[in-house]
Amino acid sequence: MTRDPAVEYGREVELPALPPQGATDRARRWRRIRRATALLVAGLALSGCTLPSFGASAGDTTSSKSAFHLWQGFGISGVIVGGFTLALIVWAVLRYRRKSDNIPKQVQYHLPLEWTYTIVPILIVFGLFAATLVVENKEVSNPKTNVTINVLAFQWGWQFAYPGSNALVYGQTTEQPEMVMPANTNVHINLRSSDVIHGFYVHAFNFSRYALPGVLNQFTFNAQSTGTFFGQCTQLCGLYHSLMWFRVKVVTPAQYQTWLATFNNPKDEALAKAAAKATGQQVSSLIPSKSTSGGGSN
Amino acid sequence: MVDVLDRPDVAEEHPHEEHHGPTGILKWMTSTDHKVIGLSYTVTSVIMFVIGGAFAELIRAQLATPNGTLVSLAQYNELFTMHGSLMIYLFAGPFAFGGLANILVPIQIGAPDMAFPRLNALSYWLYLFGSLTMLSGFFTAGGAANFGWVAYAPLSNSLNTPGSGADLWIGGLLLTGFSAIFTGVNLCATIFYLRAPGMTMFRMPIFTWNMLVTAILILLAFPVLTAGLIMLYCDRHFGTHIFSVAGGGVPVLWQHIFWFWGHPEVYILALPFFGMVTEIIAVFSRKPVFGYKGMIFATLTIGALSLGVWAHHMYTTGVVLLPFFAIMSLLIAVPTGIKMFNWIGTMWRGEVWFSTAMLMAIGFLITFLIGGITGIFLASPPLDFFTHDTYFVVAHFHSIVMALVLAAFGGLYYWGPKITGYMLNEFVGKIQFWLLFIGTQVFTIPLYYLGLDGMPRRVAVYPHNPSWQNLNDLSTVGAVMIGLSTVAFLVNIVVSWKKYPCGDNPWDAHTLEWFTTSPPPHHNFYRLPQIRSERPTWDYNHPGHTAAAHSHHTEAPAEEVVTT
Repeated sequence: MTRDPAVEYGREVELPALPPQGATDRARRWRRIRRATALLVAGLALSGCTLPSFGASAGDTTSSKSAFHLWQGFGISGVIVGGFTLALIVWAVLRYRRKSDNIPKQVQYHLPLEWTYTIVPILIVFGLFAATLVVENKEVSNPKTNVTINVLAFQWGWQFAYPGSNALVYGQTTEQPEMVMPANTNVHINLRSSDVIHGFYVHAFNFSRYALPGVLNQFTFNAQSTGTFFGQCTQLCGLYHSLMWFRVKVVTPAQYQTWLATFNNPKDEALAKAAAKATGQQVSSLIPSKSTSGGGSN
Repeated sequence: MVDVLDRPDVAEEHPHEEHHGPTGILKWMTSTDHKVIGLSYTVTSVIMFVIGGAFAELIRAQLATPNGTLVSLAQYNELFTMHGSLMIYLFAGPFAFGGLANILVPIQIGAPDMAFPRLNALSYWLYLFGSLTMLSGFFTAGGAANFGWVAYAPLSNSLNTPGSGADLWIGGLLLTGFSAIFTGVNLCATIFYLRAPGMTMFRMPIFTWNMLVTAILILLAFPVLTAGLIMLYCDRHFGTHIFSVAGGGVPVLWQHIFWFWGHPEVYILALPFFGMVTEIIAVFSRKPVFGYKGMIFATLTIGALSLGVWAHHMYTTGVVLLPFFAIMSLLIAVPTGIKMFNWIGTMWRGEVWFSTAMLMAIGFLITFLIGGITGIFLASPPLDFFTHDTYFVVAHFHSIVMALVLAAFGGLYYWGPKITGYMLNEFVGKIQFWLLFIGTQVFTIPLYYLGLDGMPRRVAVYPHNPSWQNLNDLSTVGAVMIGLSTVAFLVNIVVSWKKYPCGDNPWDAHTLEWFTTSPPPHHNFYRLPQIRSERPTWDYNHPGHTAAAHSHHTEAPAEEVVTT
């Protein structure tokens, strides 16, 4: 039991000076901050697997899902860093609004603090970069594929050709030509343009890529479920850019084979040959031979 | 070492002997005074802002319904091309480095004028006629340029975009590009050679520092654009095939050239406004800039990194090295973050005065924070793959540029009194601020969601989709509020015209421009204070309150101030 110095010997003694009021305030503030942080962490832990989507969607392909998870990771760090900074701004503005004509202490440097807000962001940035690399390497890798689709963008429409078969789909503006592809299969896309730059963008696949004249762009989709998805040109390509629409129809592999078979007639064969010839003339020197030979379905 | 600078008081002693030159409009046209040229730049660029803003309102009106019929598809392409061109080429840059920098940099470093006054005048006239050249495209048969403000090849060649509107766009941009290069030369020479005695590099105001880095970036980046434009013109008219596949050229080369200029350009636009905000926040918090030297190093780092990030505009071309540009683009967030914390640190434990200029600066901080965080998302290639060329990107850079617009108006409210000698009305100013700040958020935030829901940019019509239409309508409401805020500004100029004389130093500010009269005399100063820190005017007015590091609890003894 501690003894009160004031009552010892039955006479008044001078009490030890209280610690400065500011320090107590600061301690109280730290306690409040610690409590808020604990609440935040607990909240995040409880919400567990149901991370917010931050406006994006998971999409339908394997890589669209991993890009979406990367998005969520960026979203969480963005909300934490942005929320922290916003809170600091709002606090500084409201707490230190002008109340008197006093001149505040003219503090200009605080080196430990300055080093902290330099080094911590660098660490965050490298963390984000590492996560980016993992997803990016997955997305730009070219795995072994069974199905190849040659996509040709032109002013103002799309042509989808299927090497090894007679299937050929094309259409202009709002005719919305349909790119049919099998689900749960690695589908290899060869993307070209016959005139200006177009953007091949499928929202449900969380993916876009330029169709560049003179360049063959290649990538792979592996759709996870069947359905019809909207696609659109995203790179300004002239007058009817707004209307350069298409659709992607993901079907089961069996349905895909049936669909391909509907083109087995002389008329479609002639059309496909003419289209292949026309495309080949434009970009023949630019297409590596291995990417044109690996098509078809097996 | 020279401590005190005396200049003969020419104007005070011989008030009528200063000028015998022309008067009226001829005086304006022949003037080489940096303040006159700077004011011409400011007024011209604000006019460009108003015209570009009117285009923006038309664009938003068109998008209020999915099948808008206000303008045709062709007119829509012209509108967004010229909206972007006016705002980027003819407003934001010229306002900052032609307008305010021209007026302020010489005064902030105690110089009588820019290093090359006649070159400075040439810059303005090139800018004015370049702007008129670009705008005159609307009066040609084929209409103005319609290939977007980035003019991607091969859409911009003579086959896909015939007509003289595109040529006038190229010509106008060439002229304004030379104007920027000359201003960059002028600013560098002025800052390196015309500083007053005592004004060392590390005593220059942050605004001047930022203008120096901006000027260096201009000298590195703009000649590349000029070269690119000449190549584009040759492709269009002289039969070269630099950007066309048919003749063995490479279309993507244009993107490399354009963005090698275009990304430094983003910082050429932003750094001057960062400088304005820094000055405003320090003055209205009555504190020195927190981490002054750290902020300068951050600015230099931004300048250096900005030359190595251009291909993050080209992730989806499939022909650039993704990891390199990803890490460079992510890293540039670090010095930008340092600035953000410096601004907060400057307000911390200060006495924050909510003048219109300060409100604009606070609005800048919040809007820029939103734009900055979403910019980090875009630096990651997999995330860029699904947001590129959608409204998400549009929302991101409009958050940034609207933050710059807030800063620009903050700068006008803060320095306007110095330039004209009269204050603007604070009440109307606050109405303008709230319209602009809330309008900006109502305008941009729906666009982020639109982009994530897949709406591409640069489309005049879109598929019938209730949620897209609702978000577009909300964004249009925000755009109308921004338009009203500009009207409020113009009204403010009218209602406070020569009404509130301001005196030399209405804000109890820090830097040299507040030591001289408002408006400053012909060669800026009758006398100069001792320059012992980056706040000579403050040190003169408050000798007992010099800046100190956090650990120093004793304040440095007040230095003796010598005046003439």
